[in-house]
Amino acid sequence: MAGLELLSEQGFRLDGRRAGELRQLRARMGVFAQADGSAYLEQGNTKALAVVYGPHELRGSRGKAPHAQALVNCQYSMATFSTAERKRRPHGDRASAEMSLHLKQTFEAALLTRLFPRSQIDIYVQILQADGGNYCAAVNAATLALLDAGIPMRDYVCACSAGFLEDTALADLNYVEEAAGGPQLALALLPQAQHIALLELNARLHQDHLPRVLDAATQACRHLHALLDRVVREHLRDAAALLGK
Amino acid sequence: MLTSRTFLKRTRAGAVRKIVREHYLRDDIGCGLGGCALCGGESRPALEARPGGAASSLCPGPHFLLPDTNLLLHQIDILEDPVITNVIILQTVLQEVRNRSAPVYKRIKDVINKQEKHFYSFTNEHHKDTYIEQEKGENSNDRNDRAIRVAVKWYSEHLQKLQMEEKVQIILLTNDRKNKEKAVEEGITAYTCEEYIKSLIANPELVDRLASLNDEGNEIETGRIIFAEHLPLSKLQQGIKSNLYLQGTFRANRENYLEATVWIHGDGEEKEIIIQGLRNLNRAVHEDIVAVELLPKAAWAAPSSVVLHDDENQNEDDVEQEEEKEKSLRTSSSNSMLRPTGRVVGIIKRNWRPFCGMLSKSQIKEARRHLFTPADRRIPRIRIETRQASTLEGQRIIVAIDGWPRNSRYPNGHFVKNLGAAGDKETETEVLLLEHDVPHQPFSQSVLSFLPKMPWSITDQDMKCREDLRHLCVCSVDPPGCTDIDDALHCRVLENGNLEVGVHIADVSHFIRPGNALDQESAKRGTTVYLCEKRIDMVPELLSSNLCSLRSNVDRLAFSCIWEMNHSAEILKTRFTKSVINSKASLTYAEAQMKIDSPSMNDDITTSLRGLNKLARILKKCRIDNGALTLSSPEVRFHMDSETHDPIDLQTKELKETNSMVEEFMLLANISVAQKIYDEFSEHALLRKHPAPPPSNYDILVKAAKSKGLEIKTDSAKALADSLDSAEFPSFPYLNTLLRILATRCMMQAVYFCSGMDNDFHHYGLASPIYTHFTSPIRRYADIIVHRLLAVAIGADCTYPDLTDKHKLADLCRNLNYRHKMAQYAQRASVAFHTQLFFKSKGVVNEEAYILFVRKNAIVVLIPKYGLEGTVFFEEKDKPKPTLLYNDEVPSLTVESTTFYTFDRVTVNIMLDASNVQHQKIRMALVEPKLVGTSVPSQATQLNSNNEPKKKKLKE
Ligand SMILES: [Zn+2]
Repeated sequence: MAGLELLSEQGFRLDGRRAGELRQLRARMGVFAQADGSAYLEQGNTKALAVVYGPHELRGSRGKAPHAQALVNCQYSMATFSTAERKRRPHGDRASAEMSLHLKQTFEAALLTRLFPRSQIDIYVQILQADGGNYCAAVNAATLALLDAGIPMRDYVCACSAGFLEDTALADLNYVEEAAGGPQLALALLPQAQHIALLELNARLHQDHLPRVLDAATQACRHLHALLDRVVREHLRDAAALLGK
Repeated sequence: MLTSRTFLKRTRAGAVRKIVREHYLRDDIGCGLGGCALCGGESRPALEARPGGAASSLCPGPHFLLPDTNLLLHQIDILEDPVITNVIILQTVLQEVRNRSAPVYKRIKDVINKQEKHFYSFTNEHHKDTYIEQEKGENSNDRNDRAIRVAVKWYSEHLQKLQMEEKVQIILLTNDRKNKEKAVEEGITAYTCEEYIKSLIANPELVDRLASLNDEGNEIETGRIIFAEHLPLSKLQQGIKSNLYLQGTFRANRENYLEATVWIHGDGEEKEIIIQGLRNLNRAVHEDIVAVELLPKAAWAAPSSVVLHDDENQNEDDVEQEEEKEKSLRTSSSNSMLRPTGRVVGIIKRNWRPFCGMLSKSQIKEARRHLFTPADRRIPRIRIETRQASTLEGQRIIVAIDGWPRNSRYPNGHFVKNLGAAGDKETETEVLLLEHDVPHQPFSQSVLSFLPKMPWSITDQDMKCREDLRHLCVCSVDPPGCTDIDDALHCRVLENGNLEVGVHIADVSHFIRPGNALDQESAKRGTTVYLCEKRIDMVPELLSSNLCSLRSNVDRLAFSCIWEMNHSAEILKTRFTKSVINSKASLTYAEAQMKIDSPSMNDDITTSLRGLNKLARILKKCRIDNGALTLSSPEVRFHMDSETHDPIDLQTKELKETNSMVEEFMLLANISVAQKIYDEFSEHALLRKHPAPPPSNYDILVKAAKSKGLEIKTDSAKALADSLDSAEFPSFPYLNTLLRILATRCMMQAVYFCSGMDNDFHHYGLASPIYTHFTSPIRRYADIIVHRLLAVAIGADCTYPDLTDKHKLADLCRNLNYRHKMAQYAQRASVAFHTQLFFKSKGVVNEEAYILFVRKNAIVVLIPKYGLEGTVFFEEKDKPKPTLLYNDEVPSLTVESTTFYTFDRVTVNIMLDASNVQHQKIRMALVEPKLVGTSVPSQATQLNSNNEPKKKKLKE
């Protein structure tokens, strides 16, 4: 049997997208009343829930906490039912720990942490359904949750993955495309300033190809920015309308 | 852009899993029609707005064709014909074809890429109006048939909306009766392929190329059933799992058409099952993957030694006669000879390919059905329908099998192509390429599209990660007339007194990028095949003879392996780099030798060559001291008449010292590279190994040498090399060469393998612990992979998923080993054919020969003058048999009163036996020493057409 044809001669991917197209994005802010900020986001079939608390006083040991800025505490987990086979440990495994660290680095770069010395910001993200681009969905959901919480940031953080296949850069990989094993790049971008918050590449990719893949990821992030911005504005309009009543 | 999405739920084997996948349906997929107002015009319209195409009496107006999957799979020969244009290939169809037949998929893709064919592949599965969901109770075949009909309807409505002046029809081509009925019900114009092709007014010859297919189910039951039904695949798989059936590769017996063996690919253990008799063979064809059921022990049989060829002039399904013959197989076999015997219960995968052969015209004058006899004896005769039988008689033709119904003695097929008259040089070359499965079609457009655009020059981009070595005095040394120069060399003295030696290899992997059509084609071809007067390139000529060829005085990209050595040829430093070189001279071996030898010459090139030569001598000595073998094979070259291209003379290749100089550095480069890529990629380095032969292989050599009073030690390669060196016989100087030729025959085949899949890396012949191929990327695909690995190792290029996948690499090695073997056979066949031509023109000659092997009823002789090997038989069909006495110990053969030993000198009579047009051969007979009754007189004798000596094998 022939393997899957990830990109057809006519330029279509398995799910019908063209190389540079994103999966459908849907998002809602303020899904939990108790939290300071929360958001639910779907990127295709990847579904993420983000909850933000803070800034609040430091909890736990103060030894490691930085003095001049807020401590960003991130916790990433995956629901047991998020993948095709049930996961044994929803969080605390190595992959989740690594992902938590990545999220921490990403948001430390974007949050204006110096405004809140000796305090703490908690970001909890859970992947409810995993279909590729988990990190990216987590970042995008967390961004919305942070905005919902009203925590000052330099800019939106938009994240998107990109892969490279048959000399073509593919944006926003889904699970099947990720599983094929080609190089995959995850980019978290502050779109207006074009600052990179995090860039990760999981397989060898020749430097000659890097600009093209990076470009595809950047384009995708910009596109995501527009989409997220619309979600935020709609949310504000709805909130304002409620207040107006 | 993204209109809607649906969820597909799939389950996989094993645990049932729910897999949810997104599917985006689009509204921006064009219909492919040139200048379509509704779709906004394609960037590259594939279909003609006013489709031309052949005139058909069924649909006189302009029309597009839309074939279904089975039609595409079976009638690809028709679709490839230039007459058929303006065809819509649906994604549904294309995907099904891709899953079911890789060769057909490739062929249809090539057709789609041909602009003049106006084929358009419509992505209907992603189109919002043509995508359909599988309904409850509907199997996937029915769903796909429905999808095809939906697409046809969409097209006809779309064309209607366009309101073109002339109404353009859309025609569904399907051979499936049910599908056709449904289509007609739904108002779709549908024809079977046969109806449509027969309606073509101007092209009656296309009808011959129709695959003769009757639906398995709808088969009209005429005549009686000969064969048992094949079990369906699901049943077979069940049976194999429960060990009821065994799965294996069916291998027909070349000498006996009623017998075959099935190689069982079990876990680790390999075994063979014998199948005897027409009914048990049950329509399996050579190379098919079949399921076999073992017979009870009482019915086991022994491999028969009877020669049975199916070439009687029988045209009828005469099964009784076969049964008679089958009985003859079973008689007289002792119990110890019995082997597991079975019968074929079903076919898991057919491996039919188009077959070369000749038509055996039916004796009935007006008959349209004829039997076709393939050149390969392992393939059954095939029944075809043709109206051009008289034109095809005496021609080499290609026929494809379409099916083998249960009531037919022979499979049914259709005529594909006429190659030309049998015996004609071009035809025969084509035949031997086809029969050895050498891909030799011109490169397709899609392959050529990946070639660099001319005029080509080196850009700054190319210079990244590349060293400029144009200042070095590099030169190449090759055989005369070589246009694909893979390698060039240089040698210079460094300031510290050491020597710098560089081997520069054409940077083919710079031009052939992983995964594209050009790469796939080269990987498939695996090697360039050199025939006597023809070269079948692995890569297009622009690369092989121009851009990659390291010709003199042009800038060329290279992959360089550079050593720093001291004057005793010890490597101090090794480095690899991609580079640009400018060769200062392309020399032949003779020219290089002359430069080295003439004391008056002292230019840079000559100094460089002398340095190389000096080092090469030391390297060679080291290698031989380590136990590397120098073996011998008589290499033959034909002198061709420059006008007629007929061989006019043969000569054995002469070796100069410069040959071995170049070889020495190539070996060194290969070893250095092998080490480097293995260090970097221990799991997926592509290496080459040469296993040590089992000791019993040497028996024949040791015994033969003993008969001449010489001792050959074979406990190690070193011992063998030493004893070969010391095996001198002053009165018989050629003996040493003969011993080396014989030693070559004892060796195993060297093979490519993936380092992560094997533990034994040793190269026996070269006495090297590790080896690979790096130095000929223009003509060997293995070298391209090695280049890619090395490039990644030094950071000059990028990796790609398949390169680091050891299973894919192992698959690739399998193909390369196969291609190399086939190329070698094709080469031998080509030499054999040219030898025949040569002796055809030369008439009958007597030549001096030496005995290489002694067999039970024959001797195998080598004629040094022609490097020709042949068998002299002592038994002939219609003559009294001489008394033969074979002694295995010595080995010797006594015929009447004359005894033959290995290496004896004899004189043989050589002539061409053309009694069988399809299998011409060189025949040899003994002249000296004279035997009573068997030796032929020195003059030519009339050949008896009944003589059927065993097929002679020619080895280089
Ligand atoms: Zn259109």
